[in-house]
Amino acid sequence: MALGGGYFKTTYAADLALVDTPLRRTALAALLVVLLVLPRHASPFVLDLVAQTALAAVGALALNLLTGLAGQISLGHAGFIAAGAFTTAVLVENRMPSPLLALPAAALVGAVLGVVVGIPALRLKGLYLALGTLALHHVVLYACGEFQNHWGANTGVSIPPPRLGAWVLKGTTAWYYALTVVAALVLILSVNLQRSRAGRAWMAIRDREIAAESVGIDVARYKVLAFVWSSALTSLAGALFAYQRAFVSVEAFGFFLAIEYIAMIIIGGLGSALGAVLGAAFVTLLPHGIDAVVAGLRVPGGAEYYLFPLKFGAFGLLMAVFLIFEPQGLVGIWRRVRNWAFLWPFRYRPLRPAS
Amino acid sequence: MTQVLATTVVVASLYALLAAGYVLVYRATRVLNLAQGDMMTLGGYFLFLLATAAPGAPALSVATAAALSALAGFFIYRLLMRPMAGHPIFAAVLVTVTLGILLRAAIVLVYTDRIRHPLPLLGLVNPPRRLPGGAVVSTFDLLTVGAAAALFLALFAFLRLSPLGIQMRAAGEKALLAAQRGINFQLLFALSWALAGFAGALAGILYANNVRLDPSLGVLGLKAFAVALVGGLDSLAGVIPGALIVAAVEVLSVRYGDPLLADVSPFLCLLAMLLVRPWGLFGTKEELERV
Repeated sequence: MALGGGYFKTTYAADLALVDTPLRRTALAALLVVLLVLPRHASPFVLDLVAQTALAAVGALALNLLTGLAGQISLGHAGFIAAGAFTTAVLVENRMPSPLLALPAAALVGAVLGVVVGIPALRLKGLYLALGTLALHHVVLYACGEFQNHWGANTGVSIPPPRLGAWVLKGTTAWYYALTVVAALVLILSVNLQRSRAGRAWMAIRDREIAAESVGIDVARYKVLAFVWSSALTSLAGALFAYQRAFVSVEAFGFFLAIEYIAMIIIGGLGSALGAVLGAAFVTLLPHGIDAVVAGLRVPGGAEYYLFPLKFGAFGLLMAVFLIFEPQGLVGIWRRVRNWAFLWPFRYRPLRPAS
Repeated sequence: MTQVLATTVVVASLYALLAAGYVLVYRATRVLNLAQGDMMTLGGYFLFLLATAAPGAPALSVATAAALSALAGFFIYRLLMRPMAGHPIFAAVLVTVTLGILLRAAIVLVYTDRIRHPLPLLGLVNPPRRLPGGAVVSTFDLLTVGAAAALFLALFAFLRLSPLGIQMRAAGEKALLAAQRGINFQLLFALSWALAGFAGALAGILYANNVRLDPSLGVLGLKAFAVALVGGLDSLAGVIPGALIVAAVEVLSVRYGDPLLADVSPFLCLLAMLLVRPWGLFGTKEELERV
């Protein structure tokens, strides 16, 4: 069987490898080649879509750490994104537009916010936690709104393109490379976090908190740690968002953005890094897919008007369909298809210890 | 000062109508219905639909719109929430979020996002009234207060005195035990959703006549769950003090702060409550962790 079995490993290096079978190595190499070749053949529009997906994937991976792995529900994700974006805006307004300063500063602000939320969140569970993070989202947006009204222009703050020495990050292709690399780094970080002590502790807490505590996991510490990692990465995504859009405004960070990110990890598959990336791609591409379908159908005039509610409704409908019928998300579908293909003509996996 | 007091009571009544929906659904199914605000909008648009279909018949339009909304609440439970039984609560809450999205999309598809005013279609006017003490409120402000008072009195009477209401309390407390005593808790859960739809529609109808009607009214619903939480998510009686507190903070921050602060003030109340007493003023102590 070409799938990683988990029980043929003979060295520690093989056990630590992220990409462990020839098939996976080939697939990864193919993906890399496609990503490298893409700028030569694809239109700027496609490159921009990939870049947007990569940016969304950073946010989705960060949320997945908190909600998917640690099981802490957050409706305040958009607040953390706003915090990162507005950290950049504040620095730009104070004539410190360097990304070398802004990106770490955004991550730091996110981490501090994570502690601020994480400590009170220790007392709250489930719905109460969701409500608390939602309230926090509004408080962060309020702070950002006050900043925007008092210091920025009333509509928002323009952000100059990031500049490192003489080199300026500008243009679709450059952003495509930058965001894909960042997303890949965050993906590796998040997979490694999942396999590390922290990730195992988070999953234990998610599955049964009391049992986790009784095997010696410091529940409070790891919960706060989950908040810190998640919000730091999210704020980083927010800072990148600010640079890429070249404009920051409170209106961009509404409650719906938080819902979009939750939809990403739900549609992708909770608790899976691959799922977060797939979900990010799905949610980012969905409106463009609907655009393409409507353009292909050549609906007579006035159809543009119905596009917005149509996209909005399709998004809601798909999210409901996944919640009700496929809680495992796209990853669940992918696993079923893969197992079916690899096990054929058998229906079940051989009995073996869980990997 | 009397004006501040009057405005507080009016705003509190609107919040109380909305929060009643949250509490009814939460008591029955432990689900927080984040679409309550959009169910309010739906009620408003039902009224608009009926007012355009049959102009000049306010009583009939209002009654039919409220009944339609209650029916909508019933079907939402049957079609969307019933399949979520046994799933994690949070998944069910997210389904209500998608419900809100779907309702809003449907409303925009049918009615566009233009601001509507059903008041002239109904053939009604909304003159300002001067209260003893000098405060000025609109007629529909007074009607909102009256409707909230009537709804709460009716709900208290229903839950205390009628057999169905007592069964509803039992099913909310422990559905399994209630089912073993022969109580049809499915019906009661559906009834809770219908009542929530009705309460939301009352808020929507009054707000649409008093202020305006547009698809984004649902935002008010987010503020109203601060009310439900301050009072205690499973306490109907807690809604009234909760609504008064949140409304007072909001009205005062409009007066002495700025509009942005007023928008966020319900959430500040919510956070303060979560830190001090997460189960609310009158709620049942539950789900609290000690670290």
